[in-house]
Amino acid sequence: MSNQPIPDPAATSMPAAMAASHASVPLVEMRHINVAFGGVKAVDDVSVDLRPGEVVGLVGGNGAGKSTLMRALSGAHKADTGEILVDGSPMSITNPRDAKAIGIETIYQTLALADNIDAPANLFLGREMLTPVGSLDDSAMESATRKVMGRLNPNFKRFRAPVRNLSGGQRQSVAIARAVHFNARILIMDEPTAALGPAETAQVRDLIRQLKSEGLGIFLVSHDIHDVFDLAERVTVMYHGKVVATVDKAAVSVDEILGMIILGKPPSTQTSADLAAIQH
Amino acid sequence: MSGTAVAAPERQNPGVRARLGDLVRVAELDGRLLGMILTLILIEVGFGIYTGGQILSPVNLLTFATQAVEIAIIATGMVLVIVSRNIDLSVGSVLAVCAMTYAVLMHEIYPTTIGVDTPYGWLLALAIGIGIGCVLGAIQGFLIAYVNIPSFVVTLGGLLAFRGLVFDISGGSTQAPDDKAFVVLGGGALGSLGGTLSWALGALLIAVILAYLTYNRRRRRKFGFPVRPLWAEVLIAIGGSLIVLGGVYVSNAYHWPRGLIQQYAAAHNISPNGLDFEAGVPWPAVILLAVTVAITFLATKRKFGRYVYAIGGNPEAAELGGINTRWTIMRIYILMGFLCAISAAIASAQINGATNDLGGGYELLVISAAVIGGTSFAGGIGTIPGAVLGAIVIYALRYNLQYIGLASNNQDIVIAIVLVLAVAFDTFSRRRAT
Repeated sequence: MSNQPIPDPAATSMPAAMAASHASVPLVEMRHINVAFGGVKAVDDVSVDLRPGEVVGLVGGNGAGKSTLMRALSGAHKADTGEILVDGSPMSITNPRDAKAIGIETIYQTLALADNIDAPANLFLGREMLTPVGSLDDSAMESATRKVMGRLNPNFKRFRAPVRNLSGGQRQSVAIARAVHFNARILIMDEPTAALGPAETAQVRDLIRQLKSEGLGIFLVSHDIHDVFDLAERVTVMYHGKVVATVDKAAVSVDEILGMIILGKPPSTQTSADLAAIQH
Repeated sequence: MSGTAVAAPERQNPGVRARLGDLVRVAELDGRLLGMILTLILIEVGFGIYTGGQILSPVNLLTFATQAVEIAIIATGMVLVIVSRNIDLSVGSVLAVCAMTYAVLMHEIYPTTIGVDTPYGWLLALAIGIGIGCVLGAIQGFLIAYVNIPSFVVTLGGLLAFRGLVFDISGGSTQAPDDKAFVVLGGGALGSLGGTLSWALGALLIAVILAYLTYNRRRRRKFGFPVRPLWAEVLIAIGGSLIVLGGVYVSNAYHWPRGLIQQYAAAHNISPNGLDFEAGVPWPAVILLAVTVAITFLATKRKFGRYVYAIGGNPEAAELGGINTRWTIMRIYILMGFLCAISAAIASAQINGATNDLGGGYELLVISAAVIGGTSFAGGIGTIPGAVLGAIVIYALRYNLQYIGLASNNQDIVIAIVLVLAVAFDTFSRRRAT
């Protein structure tokens, strides 16, 4: 990643317009979501919501259920029970195709790239551009990839190399390009900066601000509390599969959020003894 | 145990090596494929020198090439199977079921129904055999993709069960002969295109190569992408054309044997004196060419192929990309059934019938061809032309070793060494590349 991304007017005008017209209705509402693996409740009656142009940080320790909750939204794993509403209408999301069809794109922690094929093939995986006779239009896909990369990462030059031969930052930019190329309205970013150096992390932060200003709603899953605090409007803290609380960033301090993550209690119920325990 | 007196190991001139590497890279050639072609040339030249040129006679070249076709056709599909992180051990048995179907239809059923040697009988048999091959492939593919049984287990079952089925179809005895029109598929002097048609095929192929290169270059230009230097395009066009012309030349250099000419003359009431026919490109070679082009196209230019490679590279990413991975896997096995049926037609035509043990042990030869051709068991890597060349390398070695009198058990040892060396080479070069 390098340089600040420049907005592409064609890609941004739509979501921005929608954001204005639907400002009162949440973009996404997940209500009473349950996901269990065997007897373990990975996500236990969780409700979260997301508004247009908003970043909601999703934080919690390992196994808190953040990624599982997001996998239910991205269609990677169907929720056992619960309701997902987009623009106020209930949606059935049973696989990744369903999610993509309604404008939900995901950047997975693992990036979910097929290492043996090149950047354009990964960017269009499952949504290939075809020639009139139904063959892969590799030239058109490469051309589109060059355009979107020119915006996200102008230093990216290796369009025909298998992505296994790319650096961590370049691979990340392929995954990001895939998520933003198809005019997503809802973006799920699962640990988007975990594998990046400081400079690249700064660029991803710039990109998130950029996308936010374009009216996208973003769920940001992160271990890095400072990342979240810097970018999010609201923070949802999860603990052992349950939501501890969803708080406005302005109303809490970093320490209070850390307390919620570690203790699993909202700030109001945290005792001074609890807080003293964290300090050590 | 490096003694102090030992000089530093001799190194290859890095300049020359680097320049050769550049040449391959700039021209965007497949180095692996070029290496195999070179290996094949080395094998032929080496044995050619050893036998005083005898082994390079057209009839010898044509014989091993025709033998390789059965394995090569199935190997094109095996590439996709292995690329998707699966395996197919049942190919020899599926081939035998199809071949026995052809033979039983033409030998036992046709005489009492539609009659032998009807103009359409052989086509009907072919259609039925291909249908059966696809059904067997679909059954295995379903069990692998939708019931989640490992492909090794399913196709091991197929290997045993379908071999048993062959005996049920045949009633335990060898079935022969096939219809005369069907036997043409097996090659030989009577199963070839003849001189004129062979040159016409060669001209067509060269035209296709030139058109394809021009189309690609125009298209990349249109999008403003970097293109190969013109000299590289010309080099590829010349190289491709030379291979085509060489193939046709060798095929046409083989003439009908004397006995066949006399039969032909007797049948047409003419004098055999002065009669001479060029055999031309054998039908099995034409079929292999068509299969190679078609499957390469499927693998590289269609969604199906793209998904097969994506599944092999990262099954989870393919799933998250919204690909219907189960249906993709099932389709690979249906395609395998189809290819086995095609190969079975050639196998049956070559022996003019079918035996119960036809295709036994083919699974290992087919897998070897794919692996020698650069297909990786880690998944996601492999090319169809590579596998075809792999099959040809195996049969070149086999035929030539047999020709110089090496016993078949020792031929296997040589082929095994080549197999392991090829994989060692791949492992080494991939480690260096990353």
